[in-house]
Amino acid sequence: MSAPTTTTQNIAEESLRSALSSSERPKRPNALSASLTFGWRAMLKIKHVPEQLFDVTVFPIMFTLMFTYLFGGALAGSTGEYLQFLLPGILVQTVVFITIYTGFTLNGDIQKGVFDRFRSLPVWRPAVLVGALLADAARYTMASTIILVLGLVLGFRPEGGIVGVLLAVALVLVFAFSLSWIWTALGLVLRTPNSVMGVSMMIMFPLTFASNIFVDPQTMPSWLATAIGFNPITHLVTATRGLMDGTVTLGQMAAVFAACAILIVVFAPVTMYLYRNKK
Amino acid sequence: MERDGVVNIGRGAVKKADVELAVHAEGLVRKFGENAAVDGVDLIVRRGEIYGFLGPNGAGKTTTIRMLATLLPPSSGTAEIFGHDIARDADEVRSRVSLTGQFASVDEDLTGHENLVLIARLLGHSRKESKARSAELLAAFGLSDAASRQVKKYSGGMRRRLDIAASIVVTPELLFLDEPTTGLDPRSRNQVWDIIRTLASEGTTVLLTTQYLDEADQLADRIAVIDNGKVIAEGTPGELKASVGAGALHVRLADPETRPEAERILSNSLGAPMHLESDPAALSARVSDPERVSRALAELSRSGVAVTDFALGQPSLDEVFLALTGRPADDNENNENPGGKEEEVA
Repeated sequence: MSAPTTTTQNIAEESLRSALSSSERPKRPNALSASLTFGWRAMLKIKHVPEQLFDVTVFPIMFTLMFTYLFGGALAGSTGEYLQFLLPGILVQTVVFITIYTGFTLNGDIQKGVFDRFRSLPVWRPAVLVGALLADAARYTMASTIILVLGLVLGFRPEGGIVGVLLAVALVLVFAFSLSWIWTALGLVLRTPNSVMGVSMMIMFPLTFASNIFVDPQTMPSWLATAIGFNPITHLVTATRGLMDGTVTLGQMAAVFAACAILIVVFAPVTMYLYRNKK
Repeated sequence: MERDGVVNIGRGAVKKADVELAVHAEGLVRKFGENAAVDGVDLIVRRGEIYGFLGPNGAGKTTTIRMLATLLPPSSGTAEIFGHDIARDADEVRSRVSLTGQFASVDEDLTGHENLVLIARLLGHSRKESKARSAELLAAFGLSDAASRQVKKYSGGMRRRLDIAASIVVTPELLFLDEPTTGLDPRSRNQVWDIIRTLASEGTTVLLTTQYLDEADQLADRIAVIDNGKVIAEGTPGELKASVGAGALHVRLADPETRPEAERILSNSLGAPMHLESDPAALSARVSDPERVSRALAELSRSGVAVTDFALGQPSLDEVFLALTGRPADDNENNENPGGKEEEVA
């Protein structure tokens, strides 16, 4: 017992030499494969830090129950009728709110040195962002599932059937992906994850509440109803409701896709510019 | 020897055709607002050497490395890595270099194994190859036992090793190491030094930054001293030391009270001003002629000033820094071995 015990193994020079000589540079991965690898990383992080799923599990349940039972009677006469109106909206609200975690996480990543390593690798540069957004899609899907199951249990009956519901969720995911580019840009500009959170909340609260998620804008002053007509969230909620009710129009869908296109065309290049020139 | 304020004590200008250059930077400048963090750095690193970038905190070391690793565009100036321009051929540069940043550039939430697999996949290895490569590297760096542990539970030394392992998943032609041993205990530091020497002996060019003067001395073939964004001296460790003087005499007295008298006697017989150390019983001087040292010490004992300890050695890099900038390196409380390598002559 007199020999000192060490907790770490010693560096084996020979195996280090052989590890060095056995390394050959493989062909660069393509953009999709690199993005999926970053997505895999995000999924691993969920595996190791499962408490980060709190926001995609507890919040949706809380919001749905709160709005249905607190305001349902007052807003629509009965909670059952209100649920029919609210559920597509609450789905939208929950998912777009979760998107702000993208910027929060990205900012936290940058604070640590690991981002420098990623950026010094010869991979398709947007992959790290696209991969993170892909993994976020998994979180959005989880949140959507929870809301839908809860809604069905509480008595929500979508006229659009299963196809309508699945298309509605898919549309919300596409919009969430497009909207995330705002948060990635913010995540690159602001200094701390908490400031990213604060600014995102400041944008998201008016954007979701000043929309048709909770009440029909026709009950509002006309100037506000007009303003709400310009809110992309309003268009998304209209189309989502339409898909779930089976009454969607091409125009409603087109409005959402136009909003998505504008968000990506404006904020994806801004994000990439900031990413390339990040100090 | 003096050229544009740079003390050039090296082997003279390197002609580009002579050797293959790993790094060839000219007039690199990076400004953050008004403040130039890097203010006109010229740098030549030959293929296969370990090059030390030495300077105190905030001297511009990290900013320079980040520009060379294509993470930060320079405000002006150019640099080529193995002949590829960092701005125009960024991808070519990235496929030849690896960066181990100052703060652990691994993902703390993932395990050591997952981190290496992640990098291997991003470099284009198949899933199976990635796992094999990760296992091989973890074994080589003595991390096999910790393979499935989250990195946040690693010690500082383990984290550093994993960090370097992640940098050589594909052996880079040029490895940037930003302060590879900052904050490590001596044992871990020695391990990292061994790794760096092995890497270099296998042909990887290493550019490391350090604020530990003895680290540059131990590892580097050539050293650039950087201060306030400028290279103020360049050469081999020996050349740098020689430029400052033949060596330094350190004397420690039995009685601090006798220091003024010792100072008078020594400075007279050495013909050089004495430097009073913070230790009230210690004083030192730069000397050019060892002969005079023995005479000075004899003079001291004749006058009855008792000496407990004296040493004559090459000047430490700390002293080099003092001589070059007229002030000590900042943060020199971090220097674990400020006396450098001295040989006892007593």
